[in-house]
Formats: sequence, structure tokens, C-alpha cells
Amino acid sequence: MKRVLALTLAILLFIVFAMAFAKIPFGEKMSNYPDYYNPIENQTSNMSLPQHYLTYGKNDTGATNMVTAVVVDYRGFDTLGEVTVLFLASTGVGSLMYVEDKVKRKVRRSNAVVETGSKLLFGFIILFGAYIFIHGHLTPGGGFPGGAVIASSFLLLYLAYPKFHAEHKKLNVSESLAGLTFVIVGLLGLIIAGYFLYNFLPFGLPTYLFSAGVIPVIYVAIGVKVGSELTGIVDAMMGVRE
Amino acid sequence: MDLFTIVSLILITIMIIAAIIAAEIKDLLSAAIASGVMSLVVSILFYMLQAPDVAITEAAIGAALSMAVMIFGIKSTKRWEK
Repeated sequence: MKRVLALTLAILLFIVFAMAFAKIPFGEKMSNYPDYYNPIENQTSNMSLPQHYLTYGKNDTGATNMVTAVVVDYRGFDTLGEVTVLFLASTGVGSLMYVEDKVKRKVRRSNAVVETGSKLLFGFIILFGAYIFIHGHLTPGGGFPGGAVIASSFLLLYLAYPKFHAEHKKLNVSESLAGLTFVIVGLLGLIIAGYFLYNFLPFGLPTYLFSAGVIPVIYVAIGVKVGSELTGIVDAMMGVRE
Repeated sequence: MDLFTIVSLILITIMIIAAIIAAEIKDLLSAAIASGVMSLVVSILFYMLQAPDVAITEAAIGAALSMAVMIFGIKSTKRWEK
């Protein structure tokens, strides 16, 4: 009897949710929205959300890469939450796995080929990661991929040199400074224009490196933060091997 | 069939085979490497579907970092699944 009741309840819930979701227009066009190539003014209410971003995004934010415009400008507050989630994950891994005494680690000689190759590649990988997050408002990519690429270059060093370890104090300092930059830029927007993460710097010319106002500043901060957090996670996981 | 369909069908086949290997094999080190191969193929598919930023993230996190973290985990426990 209980099972039948539970099954009926589940089916009812499913039907209710399906009916509710069927009514939501997920990115469909609603009614006669303006042409993409010559947008008519004062017709924003008829436009679907993606169409609005594509039509007015460049003027609203100054960013050429529309994904970045949505992630950092329109939905900047959500990105702050995302960065906080990553920070909490890194703190959790560090508190569970961190080994204070690095000498205890089992030292194992690595291959000469791996050592030389990683010595040559390390700088280029760091440069590529920095390129990805500095050009986040122009080309595909941004803070999260750039930070991950930087962390993978540190992973290469960890694999090649068993005695290498990144200094935790420096990682903590760079991560905290990057997080503070994000929040301070947001608060400056709050002071200057009245809402959090307002784009108060001049937009400049589109497709130039110094354009899009505060978006590059925030993305560099996110890149440094994500890079140091993921490096910290790799460092903590390496410490387990005894 | 055009080239795009053929290439994506091949990639999807490799991806499914790698996923089945990762779930079924008893050697956990091979399973971690198979899941890394799956992430790499998925990132190529993302690039073909015109999402290059997702492709970069998937390649860096799925193929490099998460595989490395899994291998560190296997190093500190046991390699063979019972």
C-alpha cells in the first residue's frame, strides 16, 4: 500500500513539474522581436533573453565575447558565488589532506626526458593560461579555463620534480588578493553607481585589449584565484603519498 | 553523410567505448586513464559544436587535473578493484 502511494505521489509530482516546465519558454522567440542586424529601439519587451544579449550585449558591456559578457557582467554576482564554491572545495581538500612535513613524502626519481621537457614547457603553459584569462573578453576562454591551465602547468612540475612543492603562504596571499579584488571592484560599483558590480570604467573600443571596463580586471582576478586554488588542491593531494 | 557527421559518429563511438571501459575494468589505473580519454574526446566534440571555451575547460580539468587527482588517490590506496 505504501509503495503504491509513493509511486502515485511520484507520478503526480512528475506530471505537475512537467506541466509547469512545458509553459516556460527556454530561449524561444516570444513574438515579433526585432531583426538581429538592425534592432529597432524600444522593443526590448518583446525580445527573448538570448536575442537581447546578442543585440544589445556589445553596447551594454563593451565585451566582444558574449559568453564573458553574460558570465562577468550580466550574471557577475552568480560568478562570485561560483568562485566561493571553488574556494570552499579547495579549503576542504586542504584541511583533509594537507601534510605539514614535506620530508615524509616518498621521493622517487623521475625520468630525465620528463624533467627536461617540463623545464622547457612550464613557461609556455603558464603564458598560455595567462593569455586565456587576459583575453577573456575578446576570445573564447576566461578566468576558469586559464586558471585550470596554470594549475596543470604546476602539476607538470610536481610530476617531474618529486621534491618540488609550491609555497602555501604565497598561494594563500595570491588567492586572497584576487578574491579581494573581485569584491572591491563590485563594491566600487556599488559606491559609484548604486548597484553591485557596476561597470564603471570606460568601455573603450571593442576588440581592443583595454576595453570592456571592469571585465578584464575581474577575469584576471578570477584566473589568479582559480589557478592558486587548483594548485593548492594538487599540492594537498600530492602530500598524501607516503 | 557529410564529413562532420562521420567524424562526430567516430568520436562518439570512441567516447562510449572509453566510458564503458572506465566503468567495467578491474584495474583502477586503466579506468582513470580511460576516463581521461573520454574527457579528451568530449572536449573535441565541444569544439566541433562551436563551444571552444567549454572545450578548453574540459581539456584542462577533465583530461589533466581530475585524472591526476584520481591517480594520486589510487597511489595512496589500492590499484586493483576486488
